Amino acid sequence: MTDWRPPLPLIGAWLGLLALLALTVTLAYVPLGAGNAVVALTIGTIKAGLVAAIFMELWHRRGLTLVFAGAGLFWLGILLWLGSMDFMTRT
Amino acid sequence: MSEKTYLTTDFTLRSWFLTTDHKRIAILYFASLIFFFFIGGAAAAAIRIELATPQADLVSSDVYNRLFTMHGIIMVWFFLIPSIPNTLGNFIVPLMIGARDLAFPRLNLMSWYIFMLGGCTTLFAIFAGGVDTGWTFYTPFSTLYSNSYVIVAAAGVFIAGFSSILTGLNFIVTIHRLRAPGLTWYRLPLFLWSLYATSVILVLATPVLAITLLLMATERFFGVGIFDPRIGGDPLLFQHLFWFYSHPAVYIMILPGMGVINELISCFSRKEVFGYKFVAWCSLAIAAVGFLVWGHHMFVSGQSLIASLVFSFMSFIVAVPSAIKVFNWTATLHKGSIHFDAPMLYALAFIGLFTIGGLTGLFLACLAFDVHATDTYFVVAHFHYIMVGGMVTAYFGGLHYWWPKITGRLYSEYWARTAAILIFFGFNLTFFPQFILGAEGMPRRYHVYPPVFQVWNVLSSGGAAILAVAYLMPLFYLGYSAFFGKRAPANPWNAPGLEWQTSSPPPEFNFETQPVVTREPYQYNERFDAEPQNA
Repeated sequence: MTDWRPPLPLIGAWLGLLALLALTVTLAYVPLGAGNAVVALTIGTIKAGLVAAIFMELWHRRGLTLVFAGAGLFWLGILLWLGSMDFMTRT
Repeated sequence: MSEKTYLTTDFTLRSWFLTTDHKRIAILYFASLIFFFFIGGAAAAAIRIELATPQADLVSSDVYNRLFTMHGIIMVWFFLIPSIPNTLGNFIVPLMIGARDLAFPRLNLMSWYIFMLGGCTTLFAIFAGGVDTGWTFYTPFSTLYSNSYVIVAAAGVFIAGFSSILTGLNFIVTIHRLRAPGLTWYRLPLFLWSLYATSVILVLATPVLAITLLLMATERFFGVGIFDPRIGGDPLLFQHLFWFYSHPAVYIMILPGMGVINELISCFSRKEVFGYKFVAWCSLAIAAVGFLVWGHHMFVSGQSLIASLVFSFMSFIVAVPSAIKVFNWTATLHKGSIHFDAPMLYALAFIGLFTIGGLTGLFLACLAFDVHATDTYFVVAHFHYIMVGGMVTAYFGGLHYWWPKITGRLYSEYWARTAAILIFFGFNLTFFPQFILGAEGMPRRYHVYPPVFQVWNVLSSGGAAILAVAYLMPLFYLGYSAFFGKRAPANPWNAPGLEWQTSSPPPEFNFETQPVVTREPYQYNERFDAEPQNA
């Protein structure tokens, strides 16, 4: 337990996530047209980044751990890229 | 057995069910998988009995739907996926890298409990009334129309997925962190490269399956529009998500089998594997490219033509590393000192059957042919040549190869060879006629069919009967040998791998002293050129 630190970053990240959640819900009721989806996805990405950096402790990691975390992101990109290719090119 | 081995350290049930020894956990998995294999096999037997005649004699259409769903779900998630990684892998990985255990022994035990929880949940769904969606849980049938235990079965699969992830994670960390001094990446046995590639797929793909099943349950329970177009969903989204996991899952099943075959071909040809680095990197190439081909399951689903063309092209690409492996195995055999021991018979069978399965996969990757063959017995035959002819054959080969290490006993070569030959014969008689049935247009998933197809179906059912007997045989002669077989020496095959440098069966912590590796793998030409001693 020598490297134990007060979990201030965790509490901060948690409060940040709650604030972003409130923002998502609020903006969902603001009529932005196609902008609603863009805003929701942007906030979602920031939330995922917070979870990865703080809760998964990737902020302090380097090397192989980041490679594997990046691989997860890369594979998600493959799913979105090849999956959306079908949706975008349907006639 | 004068010294304590992992089998004799403690005999209590508690010592087995709370063990953190990777070898004992492998045995727990082994026993569980035998159970699930026979449950799935019983469903297959019922299917083949029904199909022996064109009319419905044994079961109704509804029961038939539940039988093939049960067969698929049990065999895919509760036998094929965990078979080699969780039994042979669990047992052999630490021994092969000269470690005392896996990196996370408690996580390893937890993965078995999670697996059993998932298995029992699925079994409950099956025995409470069953599921009729097919193993793919396709929407909208699974979300809107099916009156069977869809959610319970999906929950079982969902839970078992966590077990897969934990096993994959454990192998990745173990191979990175616990290798013996001198055991560089290019000195690793190819079985470990293939398990590493498998683990990467397990960790990256399995969460997508979990999310997909969760979305399906969400739509079925709460009517949230995800896949149903009437409420804003997209009907093909389920198939995209499902196959994003399930096609790589094919490689989860076959890559460990390929890894086993490297060990067998090399040992029983007394040669090092031809093109070691190519074979090693091909495992990773298969793992990576295998994620880019899932749309070939959806050529007739309404997927766009451009997407289908891209997925078709990528499906041809993924065949390249698989083909490299097959060519390298045959090159390894070339001018080798070949011994036809039982594991080698399985390895040779694997090469032939996997090649047929792989080549017919290329037929199905062709858009025009796939339109004709989709949902016919051609597809059934194709994937059984990969899954059963390939994976299960490799599993049996590996089981026989490492059996002396696992149990410390030698089995009867005569019975083992007989079973291997019978399995090869029975398998081909079961599934080759199905290629012809499919090409002639017999659709799958029907319990009745026109009488013109009966001859091929009778041959297939006859083959299944032979296969069933052949699969039961190892249960008896291996079971007998585990208690009454001749004692095995530490290295019955005169193989150079680290796992053969400790006693059979190994002590609790695998090695008396930390092994140090100073040589490349598969050096059969040096001091290990003696013949196998098990014959």
